[in-house]
Amino acid sequence: MALIEVKNLEKIYGDGEVTTPALRDISFIVEPGEFIAVMGPSGSGKSTLLHILGFLDRQTSGIYRFEGKTIDDYSKDEIARTRNKKMGFVFQAFNLLARTSVLENVKLPLVYSGIKQTEWDAMAMEVIESMGLTKRIKHEPSQLSGGERQRVAIARALVNNPSVIFLDEPTGNLDSKSGRTVMEIIQKLSEEEKRTIILITHENSTAEYAKRTIRLLDGRIVSDEKVANRRDARDFIK
Amino acid sequence: MNFRYTFKTAFTSLKANKSRSSLTILGIVIGITAIMVIVSVGNGAEGLILGEVSGMGAQTIVVRPGKEPKGPSDMAGTLYSDSLKARDVAALKKKSNVPYLIDVAPALIVPGSVSYGGETYIPTIFGWTAKMMSEMLNIYPAEGVNFGENAIRDKASVAIIGSKVKKELFGASDAVGKRIKIRNKKFRVVGVYPPRGQVAFFNVDEVVIIPYTTAQTYLLGINYFNEIVTRAASPSAVARTVKDIEATIRETHGITDPSDDDFFVVTQEGVVNQIKNIMGVLTAFLSAVVAISLVVGGIGVMNIMLVSVTERTREIGLRKAIGATDGDILKQFLIESVILTALGGFIGVALGTFFSFLTSFVLTRFVGLDWSFSFPAVAMIMGLAVSAFVGLVFGIYPAHQAAKKNPIEALRYE
Repeated sequence: MALIEVKNLEKIYGDGEVTTPALRDISFIVEPGEFIAVMGPSGSGKSTLLHILGFLDRQTSGIYRFEGKTIDDYSKDEIARTRNKKMGFVFQAFNLLARTSVLENVKLPLVYSGIKQTEWDAMAMEVIESMGLTKRIKHEPSQLSGGERQRVAIARALVNNPSVIFLDEPTGNLDSKSGRTVMEIIQKLSEEEKRTIILITHENSTAEYAKRTIRLLDGRIVSDEKVANRRDARDFIK
Repeated sequence: MNFRYTFKTAFTSLKANKSRSSLTILGIVIGITAIMVIVSVGNGAEGLILGEVSGMGAQTIVVRPGKEPKGPSDMAGTLYSDSLKARDVAALKKKSNVPYLIDVAPALIVPGSVSYGGETYIPTIFGWTAKMMSEMLNIYPAEGVNFGENAIRDKASVAIIGSKVKKELFGASDAVGKRIKIRNKKFRVVGVYPPRGQVAFFNVDEVVIIPYTTAQTYLLGINYFNEIVTRAASPSAVARTVKDIEATIRETHGITDPSDDDFFVVTQEGVVNQIKNIMGVLTAFLSAVVAISLVVGGIGVMNIMLVSVTERTREIGLRKAIGATDGDILKQFLIESVILTALGGFIGVALGTFFSFLTSFVLTRFVGLDWSFSFPAVAMIMGLAVSAFVGLVFGIYPAHQAAKKNPIEALRYE
């Protein structure tokens, strides 16, 4: 069973006379373990698509199945629970809680997970370690570099061991070196942990780390292909 | 989202804005403090007044001239201030009129000072009977004796003085047999009361008791009384005796319609009920004023919570994106506002207790009142409950605003 199945998806903003189509006739399938970059200039509808895929928004028409179920199969609270357990989110602006330690930030999804509080620290420490931030657990976001902040955000996305990770322009607020480090980590998650990753970007250079690229323009898919010359973040680090 | 964590989160965010949080709860703190003090001082005042009233004894029935005052500014009471005269006393003394009355003693208040040698003192001077004084308050001269019926009949110039009067005029030397001057007329001291302090409406230690006949004729030159103090045979006979007294005096005054009464009857029970009513209304009124201040405080809390919700829009968006339900967000902000106001309530209770205690301490120590500090436990529980309730009521709207935020827009919020 495909992890994600999108068929003839449409999203139209506004109702009545003035309507703005944001997505039109979108169809694709994501299998577990894929690493997909959704590309397109601003206004192409890629953020709207990510919101629908992340159950943060609803399509106007068409079908979106996540693990075989549509958003309409769930109640409001079940949607929240699905986001919590099955999906990890990383945002361009990091969206960490200010004046809150790295450890507490990473623990945040566990708070809503129903997992016993006694297990939170160990679970959070494990992902923090995998991001190489063990020495930073007591630090607050304001004391971290941009790259470190985004790694905290990735750790937070991973802590509940989700089925898919959605990244919205994860390198958009980073300098090129930090951006490469973050991309290396994302690539590693795909290669070594076989995680399913859907990444949104408008930069060709970032999209080239993925295995597959879906290009959007004016709300339509213009291409959906394997990445021919994949970049390997490690090449640049050396 | 578990409760302990929610509490911790709420505390953390309140601590992050310490001065704002403290200013926000100031209204609640002041409100709860005020309630505590009002109730405590109200209880103390009621206890004090009731203590004094009950000093007059359950059997005592007092007849006063004029109309019963209906309010503090009612002037009707002064209209017939000379309505009680010797004929009323004579009528009341007749067993056929008022069978259960065991004693009748007219009373007059004599303004003025007493002096002996070079010493002068301003006591409370009553023209009364020594017998009524002794039986009503159960106090008898420690030195000397009470003056009797003869002294009253003969309008004798004799006096019994309180312990403080004795001390002021005579110091350590004997007073009995000495001649003191009251309003420049000579009186022989026949008795000295032992120290007793405040009972009923006056201080026993500061009184001078002289025969009412003497006071009427030689000191005041009037033919009426300020009041007639009587005693019923037993507390259970009071109600019936009151009716008999009213009927008797109406007859002597030729009154047929009770609304034309030029006198009124006071009993301990009546006064106690009246005082309880007045204190109850007063406390309720003040509490209502304070309740308004709590509402204002609650609006302040709501205002700040709305600011906080707006400020933390991105946080709300993030929490929702990573799996918080609307209920989780609602709970988080609601608990925050309840903690805020409950904290205000706690501080208010502490301050209220402190100020009530301080009040009773000052009144006892420096004013010399027989004031007992009462910890307003009911007010405390009410205060805490009300403050938490205020947080709940005024927190719901901001928390609802937070819970219904769209996560996509919230995440984009700058």
